[in-house]
Amino acid sequence: MSGVRVLAGTRKGAFVLTSDGTRKQWKISGPHFAGWEIYHVKGSPADPDRLYASQSSGWSGQVIQRSDDGGASWTPVGNQFSYQGTPGTHQWYDGTPHPWEFERVWHLEPSLDDPDTVYAGVEDAGLFRSADGGQSWQELPKLRGHESGPSWQPGAGGMCLHTILLDPVQRGRMFAAISAAGAFRSDDEGQTWRPINKGLQSEGIPDSDAEVGHCVHRLAMHPSRPDVLFMQKHWDVMRSDNGGESWREVSGNLPSDFGFPIDVHAHEPETIYVVPITSDAQHFPPEGKLRVYRSRTGGDEWEPLTAGLPQQNCYVNVLRDAMAVDTLDSCGVYFGTTGGQVYVSADSGDSWEPIVRDLPAVLSVEVQTLP
Amino acid sequence: MIRVVLPAHLRALARIHGEVHLEVTGPVTQRSVLDALEARYPMLCGTIRGHDGGPRRAFIRFFACELDLTHDSPDDPLPEAVAAGTEPYLVVGAMAGG
Repeated sequence: MSGVRVLAGTRKGAFVLTSDGTRKQWKISGPHFAGWEIYHVKGSPADPDRLYASQSSGWSGQVIQRSDDGGASWTPVGNQFSYQGTPGTHQWYDGTPHPWEFERVWHLEPSLDDPDTVYAGVEDAGLFRSADGGQSWQELPKLRGHESGPSWQPGAGGMCLHTILLDPVQRGRMFAAISAAGAFRSDDEGQTWRPINKGLQSEGIPDSDAEVGHCVHRLAMHPSRPDVLFMQKHWDVMRSDNGGESWREVSGNLPSDFGFPIDVHAHEPETIYVVPITSDAQHFPPEGKLRVYRSRTGGDEWEPLTAGLPQQNCYVNVLRDAMAVDTLDSCGVYFGTTGGQVYVSADSGDSWEPIVRDLPAVLSVEVQTLP
Repeated sequence: MIRVVLPAHLRALARIHGEVHLEVTGPVTQRSVLDALEARYPMLCGTIRGHDGGPRRAFIRFFACELDLTHDSPDDPLPEAVAAGTEPYLVVGAMAGG
């Protein structure tokens, strides 16, 4: 029977959660890299035993770990992330120019077909690539070097490149998102980039429909239909049907359209999931009720999914990289909270169970569907 | 023989148990000790100071013989007791509470 491997990054280490296809009984491994912040762990689609992890700490900076055996053992690989050329400046919180400074890797996106190739989205916002299994990293500088780059400003969480989507149909096309610059698209394997933010409205910036400056929290795509993109923005859930050329709001009847993660059902490209959060000032679910909202119409019409989730006194958050779906016949949906819970639904969100309840704050959740 | 004591999180990263014992040729300075440490444990590159001998990371401290050497020149000689191996060179993660 096939199974799943859930990769959870937390404030104090990484955890590997495994189960068979029933997703009822779980084996918990960890903490790996105990005490370190693990922003992201992700497996290669081309080789599920190849995993990459972003490990960091305020004392000792960035480490990248690699596993070649599905997380049973790990080896530190290259951790030198040097911006290409003279880094230049972006805007600081006070509006003054601030030199680009590497802080940490937020997101690792392995190539779709080469286990040794992996992309890294970093803070201060930049995109790096390794073609040797993480031993060395080279910047793809045209993204950060876009003419708007000097005007980019960090969001409250830092100026992070947090989303990297690789188009499985139009090879070489990729999408990236930066808080708080917006969404960007490359059609040439990251060599050149352009902003794709037409249709976004953000009240927190001087020009609400500016080309850049939007605080995009997350992008999602179904692999069978990469022209359709979904976005959870600081406020607003958005949809594009033309590869990001334009966007329209699909927040519909959500109780709040503020939130962080967004994801797409593995087998139903029009079924999407978000976790509404009260507001930018109150990073917890409305009314203290932890509800995943599902739309089976690609947005606009949403239903709350509550079975098995706490419906009172719940004041956790679900961060942008902390939701994932598996590809089993009955699609599994997973998310982790800042309260240390990792929840699973083995029935597309109809019902939920905690896999674990008391981990450190969960920063990221990925899942691998194993043969 | 130079004795080096690392903070727990770096010992775990490099899979070191106890002190590190290093042989350093030439002047025994903070730079030469860290060079030798990173040569033996490449995974520590970038975790104590910048790559290629760059500046100390902000929340790392260097102590020896009850002295704070953090702000000394990396090329100053270390105390004789460190060079002789009777006292360890301490790499310390700055205290952070809260």
